Parts: sequence; C-alpha cells; structure tokens
Amino acid sequence: MAPETRTISLTVNGQPHVAQVEPRRLLVDFLREDLGLPGTHIGCEHGVCGTCTVLLNGASIRSCIILAVQADGADISTVEGLAQGGEMHPLQDEFSEKQGLQCGYCTPGMLMRACEILAENPDPSPGQVREAIASNLCRCTGYQFITEAVISAAARMRATKEEAAP
Amino acid sequence: MTATNRTGAPPVRDHSAKRRWVGQSIRRVEDPKFLLGRGGYIADRVTPDTLHAAVLRSPHPHARIVRFETAAALALPGVHAVITGAEAAQLCDPMPDFGPDPARHTWRCLAAEKVRYVGEGVAVVVADSRYLAEDALELIEVEYEPLPAVTDPERALAPGSPLVHEALESNCAYERSFDFGDVERDFAEADVVIRDRLRWHRSGGQPLETVGAIAEYDPGTGSFTIDTNTLSFTSYLFMAAATLKVPVNRLDIRPVPAGGSFGSKLFANKPAVIAGMCARKTGRRVAYLEDRIDNISNCDHHGSDRVYDVELAMMRDGTMRGLSIDVIDDYGAYIQFGVGHHGNALAQVVGPYTIGSVRYRVRAALTNKNQQGAYRGFGSEVNNWMLEQMVDKAARELGLDPVAIRRMNFIRDFPYFIPTGNVYDSGDYERVLDHALDLGDYAHWRDEQRRLREQEGRYVGIGVITAQERSVFSATEFWFWFDEPGAPVTSTPESVSLKVDATGGITAVLYSCAFWGNSPETMVAQLVAEEFDCSPYDVSVVYHGSRDGLPATGPGGSRTTVMLAGAVEGAAVKIKDKARRAAAHLLEITPGDLEWADGGFRVRGDPERKKTLGEIAIMLHLFKHSFPEDVESGLDASKVFDHPYTTMPSADRKDLGVFYPFVGHACHVPVVEVDIETGAVTFLHYAAVHDCGTLVNPRSLAGHIVGGTAQGIGTALYEEFVYDEDGQLLSSSFMDYLIPTAMEVPELIIGHVETPSPYTPHGIKGGGEGGRMMAPAAINAAVNDALAPLGVRLTELPMTPERILAALRAAGHAG
Repeated sequence: MAPETRTISLTVNGQPHVAQVEPRRLLVDFLREDLGLPGTHIGCEHGVCGTCTVLLNGASIRSCIILAVQADGADISTVEGLAQGGEMHPLQDEFSEKQGLQCGYCTPGMLMRACEILAENPDPSPGQVREAIASNLCRCTGYQFITEAVISAAARMRATKEEAAP
Repeated sequence: MTATNRTGAPPVRDHSAKRRWVGQSIRRVEDPKFLLGRGGYIADRVTPDTLHAAVLRSPHPHARIVRFETAAALALPGVHAVITGAEAAQLCDPMPDFGPDPARHTWRCLAAEKVRYVGEGVAVVVADSRYLAEDALELIEVEYEPLPAVTDPERALAPGSPLVHEALESNCAYERSFDFGDVERDFAEADVVIRDRLRWHRSGGQPLETVGAIAEYDPGTGSFTIDTNTLSFTSYLFMAAATLKVPVNRLDIRPVPAGGSFGSKLFANKPAVIAGMCARKTGRRVAYLEDRIDNISNCDHHGSDRVYDVELAMMRDGTMRGLSIDVIDDYGAYIQFGVGHHGNALAQVVGPYTIGSVRYRVRAALTNKNQQGAYRGFGSEVNNWMLEQMVDKAARELGLDPVAIRRMNFIRDFPYFIPTGNVYDSGDYERVLDHALDLGDYAHWRDEQRRLREQEGRYVGIGVITAQERSVFSATEFWFWFDEPGAPVTSTPESVSLKVDATGGITAVLYSCAFWGNSPETMVAQLVAEEFDCSPYDVSVVYHGSRDGLPATGPGGSRTTVMLAGAVEGAAVKIKDKARRAAAHLLEITPGDLEWADGGFRVRGDPERKKTLGEIAIMLHLFKHSFPEDVESGLDASKVFDHPYTTMPSADRKDLGVFYPFVGHACHVPVVEVDIETGAVTFLHYAAVHDCGTLVNPRSLAGHIVGGTAQGIGTALYEEFVYDEDGQLLSSSFMDYLIPTAMEVPELIIGHVETPSPYTPHGIKGGGEGGRMMAPAAINAAVNDALAPLGVRLTELPMTPERILAALRAAGHAG
C-alpha cells in the first residue's frame, strides 16, 4: 500500500517546485533528499540547535520540526542560494576571512540566520549579533569569529547598498 | 626530578630558517565547500537506493533480555531486515578494546544477553527510509527482566553492588597505585598537607553532527567499503575488521568530513560495524546515521567522571613538595580505552610546578552508564582542574597570593623530566603568566573586585590558572598500566605522500586522517608551501581510505599538526633529493653545487642558472631518456613519520618513560560575577594566553582556543550527562544537555607566546585541545575567588546554579 501523499508547490532559492510528499515528511528531508539540496544540515532533530535553519518567506525556521506540507506555497531560501554567479555572498566571504567556521556543520544555518539578522538590522552591534545568533549552536568556534564575520559582512553590505543608491 | 630515563631524546633542531608560510593566518583551504553547502558530510552521501538503519535502544539501565518478537516489524512493507542483539552476536565478533580484561567485560555492537545502560542498542531495523525503520522499531517487542542498577562509582565499588559484568566478579575493572619519586619523604618533611575531595561529572563532545556510516558489501570479492565520519586508525584497522569477521585487506574505511568530533568520533567503530553488518545481511547499501538521542545516550564517548581525594605536601613558604592522588573514575558499562585517560593525566600530573614526587592511585569503576571515550583533553583537563584547585586551596590556607605561589614553583629549566618520567620539552611559563596578567588587566580587576564588593555588594572573582597542554602521545600510555600487558605496542606513526605532477602541481595524500573540524588541509598546504615555495592554495589534499593506506594513527592527543609536519618534511626531503639530482643532470653540474631557492634549484653563485620544480617535474614525468638509466619516471615520495620521542617504561613502572613529550602551556584569567540570589555566573572579562610552540596558523589556533574555552565553559557551568539513581539518563536531548550559546561565551582576549619545541619540525607543539584543558579550572578558580568572602568554595563541576546555591546554603547563606 503506497503511503498517502499530498501535492505541494513552493519556491526554493527562486526555483519553483511541485512535489508529492507524505504528510509526515519533514521539510529538511524534503530539501535534502527530494530536491538534492544537502547544504541544510540536521543537528538535534528537536528544534534546539538551529543547524537546520532556512528562511521561509524571509523568516528563519527550523526545518527539522516543520513538515514539508506546511511549506506549501512558501518561498524558501537555503545556503545553496547565497552565492550568485560564482561569487560568494559577503557573509560567506567574511566567514572565510574571519574563520567564522571550523567544521562547517552549523555554518549554513548560521549563514541563513545572519541573513535574517542583517535584513532586520543592517548595522548591528557585536552585542546585538551575539544575542541574535544565540538561536543557533556552534560547537567549534565559541562564536567570537562568527560575530566578527557578521559585523564585517554588514559593513560591506551597507557600503554596496550605498554605492548602488542613486 | 627523579626519573632517570634520559636517553632517547631526538637531536635538537635548528629553527633559525626564515619561514614564509608557517606562521601566517591564511584563510583556510577547507572553507569554500562548507560555505557553499557542499561539505560532503556522511548524510550527504545517502543515495536514492541507500537503505536506512535505525537502532532500538534499551529503556532499562540494567536488565536481562528475555525474549524478542520481531515478526510484526519484519512484516511492515519496506522493511528489509531486523537484526537482534543475539543475531548480531552471530554475525559479528565482539568489539575489540584496550580494556584491562576484554574477555570479562565483553563489548558488542548490540547488547546480546543483557543491557547495561539506558540507550544501549538491542536491535537494528533496515528499511527503505529512516521513517519506515523507526516505524518498525515501534513494532518490536522486547521482554526484559530488570536488574538493580548502579550509577554511583563509589557505590559500584562497595561490596554487594549489582555487577555490571558478572564475569568480572567486581565492578572494579582496574586498580593500581604508583609511586613516582620519594613520596613518603616529601610528605614527612612537609610543613602542611593540603587535602581536598573533588568531583568532576561527565560531559561530552556532542558535535552538531552525529556519528554515521554508509556501508556496502560486495559478495563477489568479499569486501566492505564503509564511508564514515569516524576514524579507525589504519594501524588498528584489524579491530573493525575482526568485529566484521573480514580480512583487513577486504575492508576499506574511507574518511568523510566530520561535522565536529572533539574526540567523540575517535575510534567510533560501532556505527560503521552496524552499517557493515546490515549491508552484508541485506546485500544493499545501508546508512546508519545516529540521531541525537543515539549520540547522547549510546555514543561510547562520554567524558571523564571522577571522584578525587587529593593531598598536596607543602612547605610554609609556598614550596610544593609532593602530591598524592586517589582517583575513582566512573567508566560506565564498558572500558574501551582502558585507563589511558589517566596516562594523559600522568603526562603532566605535576603541572608547571617543581613537585618532586607523586603517588597516583587509580580505580576504574564500572556502572550502568554509557561508556567513556574521548573528549578534548582525554582526562588531562581533569588533572589540570584538580591540581589548580589544590594550588588555590594551598594559597588560601597558607595566606599566599595565588599568582605568587604559582610563580615561585614554576619549572624553569628545560628539557625537564617530571617524576612520572615524561619530559616537558620546552617552555617559558613566566612569560605566559605575565602576558596573561597584562591582557587580563589583572591589577585593574583586583581593584574593581574590591570596589564592587564594598560599594555595590557584588561578588566578582578572578581566576588565574597556569597549566599544561601535552601533545603527541605515544602508544605506551595505553599499556604501561600492566606488568604484563597484552599488547605492548610502541608505534604511533603518521604518513604523507607527496606527488608532484608533470606541471609541478603538488598533491598531498593523508592516511587515516580525517577532517574533524580541525584544519588538516590548511596545515598541510602551509607546510608543503613552506617546503616548495608554492602557494598553499595550489596544493591539493586527498584523504586516503584505510585499506591500502600507509601506517597512520590519525588525529587525537593534539598530534595531527606535529606529526603531519614531520611526514611532509620527510617526503619533501626525498622529493627534493631526486629533483636536485635531476636538475643537476639537466644543468650539467654536480648536485652539491645546487641550492634550493624560490621554488627550484639554482647554481650556487650563479643564480640565473636554475630549474624550477615545474621544469624538473615535466622532464621527470615525460622525458625518461633525458636522464641516466637509474632515474625512474615521476616525482613522488612517501614518508612514514614515527613518533619522534618515545622511551620505554621501566619494568617496575617507577618511570613511565617519555610518552607525551611536546608540552605546551597556558594561562587563563577569567573575571566572573556570581549572582548569589540565583546562582548564575556571568563573565566580565576573559584573557587566555597559550604557548604551543611555533604557530602554523595563528588565527586557526585562536579559533581552537575560543572554541575549546566555550566547551570548557560548558563543562564548568552547564553540561552534564545526568543519570539518576535508578539509571535513567535525564539529559538525553539538547533541551537538558545545555551547550553554551553566544550569550554564555564571552569575547576572549587571546595572546600567543612561542617557545619552539627543540625536537619537532619548525618547533610546533600540538594545540587543538588547549581551551578546554584550561577553562574549567580557570572558571572554578574565579567562582571560588568571588565567593571567598562568604567562605564558600565549589569543588564539583559543573557549577550549576543549583550547586552554587546549595553551597551558599550549606555555608549559612540563604541564597
């Protein structure tokens, strides 16, 4: 007996998808296995560590405790969508420059959370960054160089925006 | 200084050459793939045809397995196999271990006859998906006959305790007392003896990625291929092969990047064995990827769990004379590494101090908990904490300044043999201390402490600890415990192959070495670039599988960078030797008239006559007949770099020999505030200075220092695998097992001091574990300093708010 499935339509990193999924299928498994986007990682599977963070309509969510069917109609962003035209996003580049990663496992979730933080506040203080990224666990870095990376990326993104402004 | 085994030191090296790449904080070469979400972790390698395994875990801490009912699970569509522990015992042999008496504390990949801790695997289901496998787990019925459990190590050693392994007839897996130096004399001559009882509870690495393996079995060749984020040392591959009952040369374990380890993926063969067993049984590719509860409750990698009774013999002026340690370590239900963790402690048991004698009594208790494994520090961090606690207590009881008492006892002459026989190769402890006090703004914070106490009624404390950071272990520490060891191995090598292609590009092949969140590729790229004057970004690094690999021990004990540096250096010498002969032939000059400069060989005194490595390489690869008959085509070389400084223990074990010779040092100076109403601890300042010899990549080391300190903060304040008296694990998720977030970890002020090792390439010492080896001691010292006016001293980690409030109440403060 084939399991019951539902049809969902959603956009992931700008690409529209229509898929059949089991109602119980987690969004993270759908992204990783069905869409072949393994950049979103699984850490604790109960919504604590933030490793699986993606953006749903611009807001960060834990894709390990949300069902794929709940994302029907949503616009999802994952780490795979950050680099554009072969160019790293300023956040990715600054994470490398400041060594804001070691094992890299929490990094995609941390990057997506940082995108949301900078969308809400383009010029955060180090204290504000620390408070905001406290949503996500990192076991390697002790957060110091992540904080530095987010601050420098924010400065670069502000500069780019000013240049682009008329 | 009683050890006499002074022979066997390697030659002292000349480190005067200028370095171009070693010492630079270059961007890590590993990073781009991780930043793009293309890390290639084990879970990323699941293909659509891969089956998934899920393990049924015991809900009982101690119970006999009476009966299994698996028919309903097997009947579920999509389920391919159900293997119970009893069947697994037929399919697989026991897991080999370094325990004292493996035949009497037998460890298997799934429990066969009885379970010994909550979370121990009793059966595995293989199904089309993880979802179906977990559905099937719920359909398995297991009848257990519960047995009384023991979770307290002292109760476990007392008569009448339930026995974890009946065959052992005791829960004491190991007991021995060692004397190093004249302990009796030092205690007899002491003015005072400082005594304390200290308790360190268990925490663990808990990387964000769990352990996983994907196995395939080819019945046509009888061979396994297992991809895993854990590591089975090439040199010890026979252990996993023995469990799977396959010849070593039919097992290829291929390392894939690990999302963190901190020791917890060291030798974690069990998931690879389970995946392999399932692959052979089903004839399919099978993934076993632990979930978080598996990883917390059944990982075989909980950290140290110790009860100490310690005595420190002192003179009234503050001179430390002798140290007597009586430690019980709660190993849990099995004891895979024996008491090797105490070898780590004995490597630096006297810290940076001129303590002349040591008595070390260790008892290994078995209890109904998940077994101990490795966690950053491997037991040496616990010794650091214990000793620094004792030094602070001595300072307080003798009315001496905690900084002054450390300074006056510092070892100053190197190399220095400590009473156990291990050597400290080099160091400059005062320089580290002074730098840390400076960065820690020590005088200012002492004033602030007083002011805040007097004017605002706040409890601020400053910790100052000075402690050791041993690196590069020798195999002897796993067997010098026994008079007649079962396997007195003496090899701990590491290997690298360097291959220069026809265009001059260099590929470095690492054996049995995994990416664990450290930076092996960056280290090797910088070391190769240093040898060949190329860009580190042009070096390609390959992780070789185990089967046809060269001898290698893999990461652990802060050995990777030192050992890889030796292997790279050795392989580079061979390549340059051949390249020199080839260049000499092409330039029609004798090899001795050439010198290496700027990425090639040039004629001494005539620098325009030269051949670059690329020019030499293309000739060696493609123009065989341009060279004499005996020159083979190609340009590559391998080096098996053996441990550079190991000496044998004496027969009476009064001298354990040199087994952890490259010994770094650090001083941490945290400033904390303790809220005596809530028991909360917050950081006001934190300075850390480390000396790991010559730095390869200062930024990378700083990352290890901050990250390790963050873990040390967890150990000191938050993290504990809590088992209740009945044996239930109360902290089995990240809801209860509290890992510090960015709000709990302060910004560190980091300083580096470099006293090069005289014995290693470039003078490098290992530094990957340092943060966690210092922070628990430092934070405990700071909390005790804060609470000193109330007469309160914390002697148990982690210092949770509950424990702090309890200590305050016990001292008569309402809290």
